[in-house]
Amino acid sequence: MAVTLKINGASQTVPAEPDTPLLYVLRNDLELNGAKFGCGLAQCGACTVLVDGKAVRSCVTDIGSLAGAEITTLEGLGTADKPHALQSAFIGEQAAQCGYCINGMIMSAKALLDRNPRPSESDVRQALAANLCRCGTHNRIIRAVLRAANEMGRT
Amino acid sequence: MTISINRRAFAKGFGGIVLAFTLDPALAQQQKQLPGSLNGNRLLDAWIRINSDGSATVFTGKVELGQGIVTALAQIAAEELDLPLARVRIVSGDTGRTPNEGQTAGSQSIENSGTALRLAAAEVRAILLGLAAAKLEAAADTLTVADGVINAPTGKTIGYGELSAAADLHREATATVRPKLAGQHKIVGQPIARFDIPGKVTGKASYVQDLRLPGMVHGRVVRPPRYGSTLEAVDEAKARAIPGVIAVVRDGSFLGVVAEREEQAVKARVALAESAKWRLGPELPDPANIFAHLKSLPTKVEVIGVKQAPLLAGAPKVLEATYTRPYMAHASIGPSAAVAEFKDDKLTVWTHSQGVFPLRAEISKTMKLPPASVRCIHTEGSGCYGHNGADDVALDAALLARAVPGKPVRLPWMRDDEFAWEPYGPAMSMQAKASLDGEGRIVDWNYEVWSNSHSTRPESTTGANVLAAWYLAEPGKMGPPTSPPQPAGGGDRNSIPLYDFPNQRVVHHFIQDMPIRVSALRTLGAYANVFAAESFMDELALAAGADPVAFRLAHMKDPRARAVIEKVAQLAGWKAGEKGDGTRGRGIGFAKYKNLACYVAVVAEVEIDRKEGNVCVCRAWCATDAGLVINPDGLIGQIEGGIIQSASWTLHEEVKFSTQGILSRDWSNYPILTMPEAPQIAISLINRPTERSLGAGEGSQGPTVAAIANAFVNATGKRIRDLPFHPERVKAALA
Ligand code: FES
Ligand code: FES
Repeated sequence: MAVTLKINGASQTVPAEPDTPLLYVLRNDLELNGAKFGCGLAQCGACTVLVDGKAVRSCVTDIGSLAGAEITTLEGLGTADKPHALQSAFIGEQAAQCGYCINGMIMSAKALLDRNPRPSESDVRQALAANLCRCGTHNRIIRAVLRAANEMGRT
Repeated sequence: MTISINRRAFAKGFGGIVLAFTLDPALAQQQKQLPGSLNGNRLLDAWIRINSDGSATVFTGKVELGQGIVTALAQIAAEELDLPLARVRIVSGDTGRTPNEGQTAGSQSIENSGTALRLAAAEVRAILLGLAAAKLEAAADTLTVADGVINAPTGKTIGYGELSAAADLHREATATVRPKLAGQHKIVGQPIARFDIPGKVTGKASYVQDLRLPGMVHGRVVRPPRYGSTLEAVDEAKARAIPGVIAVVRDGSFLGVVAEREEQAVKARVALAESAKWRLGPELPDPANIFAHLKSLPTKVEVIGVKQAPLLAGAPKVLEATYTRPYMAHASIGPSAAVAEFKDDKLTVWTHSQGVFPLRAEISKTMKLPPASVRCIHTEGSGCYGHNGADDVALDAALLARAVPGKPVRLPWMRDDEFAWEPYGPAMSMQAKASLDGEGRIVDWNYEVWSNSHSTRPESTTGANVLAAWYLAEPGKMGPPTSPPQPAGGGDRNSIPLYDFPNQRVVHHFIQDMPIRVSALRTLGAYANVFAAESFMDELALAAGADPVAFRLAHMKDPRARAVIEKVAQLAGWKAGEKGDGTRGRGIGFAKYKNLACYVAVVAEVEIDRKEGNVCVCRAWCATDAGLVINPDGLIGQIEGGIIQSASWTLHEEVKFSTQGILSRDWSNYPILTMPEAPQIAISLINRPTERSLGAGEGSQGPTVAAIANAFVNATGKRIRDLPFHPERVKAALA
């Protein structure tokens, strides 16, 4: 079986069954490290990607359901040399301890900023309510998202 | 004694600035005690090598756990070497390459590894300068170093790289070259950005979960329904029939599977679990009376921290209280994972273990391989906060890899593997009793704590200390549990008060049997002991009619302790005697972590939803004294993380179980603090450049729980003595 997906703007065909969770295909076939396995149960947000602009849990999204959808991963936002404003803001605020949750935080924040470019602090907290962080990096994460919103608003 | 000495290697004229040797009288002895981890790893080139391009490679046995330690250690080495940070490369935690520094735990890395690196780097720099003085034909006291280039007043220069071949670093460290004074620091003390963050936020391979080796295949394991169960039968053929399955691995009651693709391994795991027949192990204790049950088990009793003065005549006011904390999980966001490869009778394991050398010892023992044939390489994982499943999954992966020689196997545990099988932080109970005299001073303090072991890490006891070893056809058995001795302590960590009480007696009841698997969780016993002791201090302050801040200061002589208490009160705008209003209140908590490390005081402000029973820790203020600060931004991050994690433990966390097994198997039955719940936090660092750096990764958890508990009383007038403060408990307290 092979399934074709549109990921970070490019069309990709992967040798996987349609019931395969997107997360495994991203990490193994496409060697994209951004999305992380945390629970496989749509509870923690570590695996978040954007599907047609919406934050989606890739651990419970079968690739068979994604025909024609635009999938964006952390890697699709920017690179270490040309980071997205959110990635720069997370570096600027040093908003990571172990960093394992950060993919989910950035991707959920991206979805938020796309629909609400000027969020309040409480908007940010609510948008990230289903993304778990165990290291206690919460406040730096919130600051990073607000900083990115600010930066993006300026340009 | 501080004298300047001349050693042949350093040639003439090598004076003042560089060569102020501190000559230890013990130097004359053959094997003198060297500071920090230098003592166990005595060769300079075990720590530092100078490369021909002028850069340095620095080796540490400590590992990155998300605490920023690699960056902090690089700062120390770069500082002493006078090299820019960018030219210092760190190799950490590799049994094939780095010093053996045991576990990365107990906030000891800066103290042990940092000390070793500081002294080794200072000595290496002196050796390089000695060589340069000869080559440049200049008096050494005229030489200056900038960015790894040594300059003579004549204008001649020579780089570290050109001296690298001549520099003999394969020699025993003497620890006699004095490191820089705090006032000379250019890199230490700076808020250096962590090296690892840009990669982590852009999807660069950063974790063992991201490791992809050529020909790699995917593993999963199947664990029994509860501890001590035996696998009686399983339909291996059914699992083998799943496309992509390469091997079903069974050894006694250890069961696992290897497949070409990850999702195939996951499907095979389900098939195996469905068909497996287990003879169940012993029932778990009844959670309804777990504390009584634990207290009924055999204990080793140790009386510690005794002070005796004549008791006052008259009838002092006596108070008594009992506190508990439940089993708590490490609950790493990413389940533990490892990659293992078995090839030509050699095993390589990529692991996020906190101690690659102890892990190697356990693996070689369990798999009957000579230690020289096993290499464990640290590769970062999700944050671990103590002894989680990291070591266990490494042995699991090794067992799977042995079944498919030549194919590297990547094995990430599933969510329930981690929750149900990790060793938890033990359930504990604490009992306090104290007397107040007529002036409201504490004249007698009695404190007892009951706890299981807080360390069943690899090599911390005799026998086998990795999960799968206990389930093999030839099973290993864990030796008797141990507890780290005072002053650091285990279950009794922070049980001896830092306050000045004329009479005190502390008893540690070390419970031997472990009906539920336990080990080291961040702070060990300190979180529970500080919760109990600092709650009790507030109970006594209330009974004495005193303000909690003033009451603490009245019993505290240690000036650094007083300073953080005073600082946090000022930061929070603490008003003596301020009463809460039924829903909102403030409280304070203080501890010097382990009575040896950083001083931390926290004020918390809570808001209580009386109807729903929800407690919000809305704001927190914190003052910290961790001696000389290496990286203030990193330190603030650690302290803040500790406050938030402690708020999470305090409000939500409890491992649920029944007599039939562990019930907390995913985030729905082990909730943690979410983003909307995170407190606003203000932190003040008291930098003490002339004091030794003190570990701070675990300093704020104890003071935070106490501050929250005390704030709850300030708000409502009711005290909760059992953790966590979940809604049912809060509603019951307020009813
Ligand atoms: S891994 Fe997908 S939500 Fe946790
Ligand atoms: S930074 Fe470690 S889980 Fe969030």
